[in-house]
Amino acid sequence: MINASLKQLAAKLASKEISSVELTQIFLDRIERLNPEINAYITLDAGKSLAQARLADQRIAAGGASPLTGIPIAQKDIFCAKGWRTTCGSNMLGNFVAPYDAHVIEQFDLAGAVNLGKTNMDEFAMGSSNETSFFGKVQNPWDRARVPGGSSGGSAAAVAARLAPAATGTDTGGSIRQPASLCGLSGLKPTYGVCSRYGMIAFASSLDQAGPMAKSAEDLALMMNVMAGFDHRDSTSLPRDKEDYTRDLELPLAGLKIGLPREYFAEGLSADVAKVVQDAIAQYRKLGAETVDISLPNTRLSIPVYYVLAPAEASSNLSRFDGVRYGHRAPEYDDLLDMYCKTRAQGFGAEVKRRIMVGTYVLSAGYYDAYYLKAQKIRRLIAQDFEAAFKQCDVIMGPAAPGTAFKTGEKSNDPVAMYLEDLYTIAVNLAGLPGMSIPAGFAQAANGKSLPVGLQIIGNYFSESRMLGIGHAYQQATDWHLQLPDSIE
Amino acid sequence: MSLTTDDVKRIAHLARIEVGEDEVQATLDKLSGIIGLIEEMQAVNTDGITPMSHSQDVVQRLREDVVTETDQRALFQSIAPAVENGLYLVPKVIE
Repeated sequence: MINASLKQLAAKLASKEISSVELTQIFLDRIERLNPEINAYITLDAGKSLAQARLADQRIAAGGASPLTGIPIAQKDIFCAKGWRTTCGSNMLGNFVAPYDAHVIEQFDLAGAVNLGKTNMDEFAMGSSNETSFFGKVQNPWDRARVPGGSSGGSAAAVAARLAPAATGTDTGGSIRQPASLCGLSGLKPTYGVCSRYGMIAFASSLDQAGPMAKSAEDLALMMNVMAGFDHRDSTSLPRDKEDYTRDLELPLAGLKIGLPREYFAEGLSADVAKVVQDAIAQYRKLGAETVDISLPNTRLSIPVYYVLAPAEASSNLSRFDGVRYGHRAPEYDDLLDMYCKTRAQGFGAEVKRRIMVGTYVLSAGYYDAYYLKAQKIRRLIAQDFEAAFKQCDVIMGPAAPGTAFKTGEKSNDPVAMYLEDLYTIAVNLAGLPGMSIPAGFAQAANGKSLPVGLQIIGNYFSESRMLGIGHAYQQATDWHLQLPDSIE
Repeated sequence: MSLTTDDVKRIAHLARIEVGEDEVQATLDKLSGIIGLIEEMQAVNTDGITPMSHSQDVVQRLREDVVTETDQRALFQSIAPAVENGLYLVPKVIE
């Protein structure tokens, strides 16, 4: 049951082989047993989850089920869910019970899905290892001494450890694709504007995008059918007709042109990851695709550009946390200014404070042109790189992350080393393109553990359904996505 | 461009984050590493390039100027640190 695809779960629910209440209970029991160590969830509320499951069972009995009705889904703790504590991984929101639902949460509720709990994450989604969470580190189920990646590390660990059938994530610079790669999952960051940001706690508004994390491309497609859609409450939500993201799953690969950017296979990529990715590309050739060498010459610059734009937007977004209307307030202070400064010093962790300060600096008087404006200009050059590349190919493939899961603590004291984790993912956010990571094989760690490696697939704007078909075709021919961590029974 | 400890104190003040005297040097070291990383941009020629703020060329949508929100003051204030008579309380700012 815990390894079943979403489609299989829906069939079992429809045939009454299992009820939603029973299915939800199976996952709640596993969470109770395994979560104290893995720490994939921050907040659980079995009463709420089971109440939703009972409603789903009634809906199924009445014949009104949609594909995800009755299926428990883990929600990243960045999405406000009415009546649920919603922390964004921060002490600042440690006591925050959301008074409203994010659009994504509303969509899952309408579909009849069950909210299984709120998953751990890097604080305010700022990190690539889940180590910046106020609520503790998350273990990678493939090797408990390693990180699951981040910022959607709790969602990734939850699905990898079979503590949820599927989960939501958000991706500002790689936060869905990198943890999916490190935990052996499929994860999709859609085109910017496809999923509403309403009720999704803001980090860098021009880059933030919600997306699904699951065991297969097919499951991602079913999740996308629920998550995507126009929402007037997000000013950057794109008014588009509802799509069926499963429509291209069975398209053949013959004639598909895959672009291989030479910058993605250059210095900085570990040899074992390079080998797995090359093998995956060879598999695609076997399945009828052609490959063409391309160049994304400004790839390297995406990191400095991102670390100007994202902190700048974050410093502005996070100014709302002032200890006045909600969240933490310092217990002692002299005056209003002192209340702000102490509240924010206590409420935010070190990495969040660093990024707010970097953002404050690059936006401060006299530096705006040199940093923010300059970064926005290079952002256009990066987007133009992709525009030129997509004249030569249909999709781009490469690694999702430069290495496999690293050891807990290995990079946590060196922000710049941590930032390089997102070398192959950030440019996609800057350009607003869709990007996906699918399991492509394993590299062996020194201790003999197998560590998953993800293949990144980057598509042109709004090509998600084609990308999902490209992932699905690979998953029909290989079984990397079906492998289980040996610590997971 | 290298930062000084005075810069760190100025930035911390602008960001409304208290940074203790014992934290200033460590903060300076970390921020300097990040500023060093972003300095790489300065070598790029961007003459004539239009800054890009969003990936899609969309315009701000407008709507009719009508009331759409209902009164949820009591709900929203139920999670506030300090309220009285429907008002948020902060330290006195006007003598």
